[in-house]
Amino acid sequence: MKPVDQVRNSLGFLEDPTHEHAFDTLIWGLRERRDAAAREVPEWEDLRTLASRIKEHTLSHLADYLEQFEQRATANGARVHWARDAHEHNQIVYDILAAHGAKTLVKSKSMLTEECEMRPFMERRGITVTETDLGERIQQLDHQPPSHIVGPAFQKTTKDIAEEFHRVYGSDPDRADAVYLAHVMREHTRPLILAADAGMTGANFAVAETGAVVTVTNEGNADLSGNVPTLRICSVGIEKVIPGLAELAVFVRLLTRSATGERITQYTSHFAGPRVGAEMHVVLVDNGRTGRLADDRFWPSLKCIRCAACMNTCPVYRRSGGLSYGATYMGPIGLITMPSADVRRYRELPFSSTINGSCSNVCPVQIDIHEQIYAWREVMDDTGGFSATKKAAMKLAGALLSHPGAFRAAAEAGGTALRVLPHFAVYNRLNAWGRHRDVPEAPKETFHQWYARNRGKDGHDGRS
Amino acid sequence: MIPCYIDMFYPEVGVATLELLEKLGVEVDYPFDQTCCGQPMANSGAHKEAKATEELFIRNFARYDHIVAPSGSCVHHLRNKFTAAGDTPERGHVSAHVHDLPEFLCDVLQVEEFPWAEFPHQVTLHVSCSALRGLYEQAMSERPNDPWFSKPRSLLEKVKGLTLADFDRPDECCGFGGTFAVTDEAVSAAMGNDKLERLGATGARYVVSGDMSCLMHLQGCAHRDRDDFHFLHLAQVLNGGAG
Repeated sequence: MKPVDQVRNSLGFLEDPTHEHAFDTLIWGLRERRDAAAREVPEWEDLRTLASRIKEHTLSHLADYLEQFEQRATANGARVHWARDAHEHNQIVYDILAAHGAKTLVKSKSMLTEECEMRPFMERRGITVTETDLGERIQQLDHQPPSHIVGPAFQKTTKDIAEEFHRVYGSDPDRADAVYLAHVMREHTRPLILAADAGMTGANFAVAETGAVVTVTNEGNADLSGNVPTLRICSVGIEKVIPGLAELAVFVRLLTRSATGERITQYTSHFAGPRVGAEMHVVLVDNGRTGRLADDRFWPSLKCIRCAACMNTCPVYRRSGGLSYGATYMGPIGLITMPSADVRRYRELPFSSTINGSCSNVCPVQIDIHEQIYAWREVMDDTGGFSATKKAAMKLAGALLSHPGAFRAAAEAGGTALRVLPHFAVYNRLNAWGRHRDVPEAPKETFHQWYARNRGKDGHDGRS
Repeated sequence: MIPCYIDMFYPEVGVATLELLEKLGVEVDYPFDQTCCGQPMANSGAHKEAKATEELFIRNFARYDHIVAPSGSCVHHLRNKFTAAGDTPERGHVSAHVHDLPEFLCDVLQVEEFPWAEFPHQVTLHVSCSALRGLYEQAMSERPNDPWFSKPRSLLEKVKGLTLADFDRPDECCGFGGTFAVTDEAVSAAMGNDKLERLGATGARYVVSGDMSCLMHLQGCAHRDRDDFHFLHLAQVLNGGAG
């Protein structure tokens, strides 16, 4: 597959100032609410450290906690499955559905099923999959992937959604109000939930101590999808396991505040086992996670609890729109996790950042995101991810800047100064700077020349 | 140490830095063979291409007590990312003794006043991401429970006649980002224009920063339709005569 060109993909979004501005305003608002919520907790920074350590501990004892989880969940009456990769996950889920003759599946949010591209897999096999969360459903009806991992349809305005629902459901196209639109969605989705053969959820956490899958939501669709049908399937990435309920308390405090600035969400649901007369299946999915865990440099991204705070604070994400990344995980966390999944396809992503460091500061589990972006750039060079022009430009800049004589000659050749400045030498695309900005005027003399004239080479000539 | 882009485009900032340090009684030397700190290559992932430049930097600077640069970005690289050259005591000395100008003035010289400086204008202070999150010259908005402090701001507060104007989203990146400014120019310029919008909303027309690279980017954005802005390096204000 061709590498994703995030820069090119973002151009269309940027050319539409209404949406770009709305997206930026909405998502920056989440960052502000997050700041306010963090300010309310005096021990916030200690909580982040604690959460990071719990994740480090769990990840370094992952096999033990996963086995404990399996044992407890099984004792609770659930059936636990292990999937090595996306295909195995999809096949396991399909086999469970097929064994029950299930044709309709309702599901609530699960980034993991997006990662596994489960929906098309099921649809090709005659299973109807219905997203029950508002944002996911909006995107599904529009045949688009999520643009944000917490608010999948954040790139759309309420006006866009009113028009979409009018097109699909025949609702009032002029009522661009969130409450009305949520009602429209609910009216059309509730009957599908009631009639579904099976229900599916993702997981925010898998608690080893209790064997429960925990979801943290506001709309309550995980509870409906998970509890109404008699067949429940939970897809869980293996890095979601945590030791116990005491640790869960730390993460819940951080997760909701980091994501939306809420002290707690409407629902924190523990799916510990099947209800009477029902079945519960848990699919534990690796899909590249153990490989990443073994990677000395990039394993910390497995600490991620999917709060999206890094995306919310990222000025590049907010201005380029989430769909431009062509990835399940977008924004800063996507920059450092997607190349782990497919280094060729996502080789350009680590460059979609100013490495300003805000993402690492808001991360509730202290992933050094911006340092990892920086480190990925080096990997891309080592693995031949650079184009020939970029390689040549870097070689030239490196040669020029390590030879004072050559550098001086170039720097003092008047109008050519711009050409040698390494910031601009990359790709030799001078006009890229000039498209939206003016180029600084070269002064009459460089500092170096001024110094030689006023202070002399030894620093004392020419002074009165 | 005079960063390559200041040498070539903003010699007056280099002069202001030199004069300011001399006024403060510092014995200043300008190593003649200096070029660049290596950041542009390293920041692009090209560590191998940064090696010779970083080695040259070490040869030029390892013998000094303090290395001072009017650039948070270069200092952040030299202190925290200076790994392309081999790990020698000389390299360690450079990283441990390099200071951004505000750090040197606040922490080493502990300057109390700039009697020669007067700037009867309202200004906005842009603290670069390198100075803010790389060098921790100011408390960061992402950590709202940390005590407030700001080295560059405390310096500007010592300038007669100068008033500081606060603006929305002060910690948001201006969009320069080194090579990012060229590789992702559309998003970069959008960020620059948003920053100018917020700086301009204060009514202040003087933008002051310890990082000329951010200002070069903002100035480039401003020239298009906001030519009433003035961009000054902190050194120029502290050295006096800029207003």
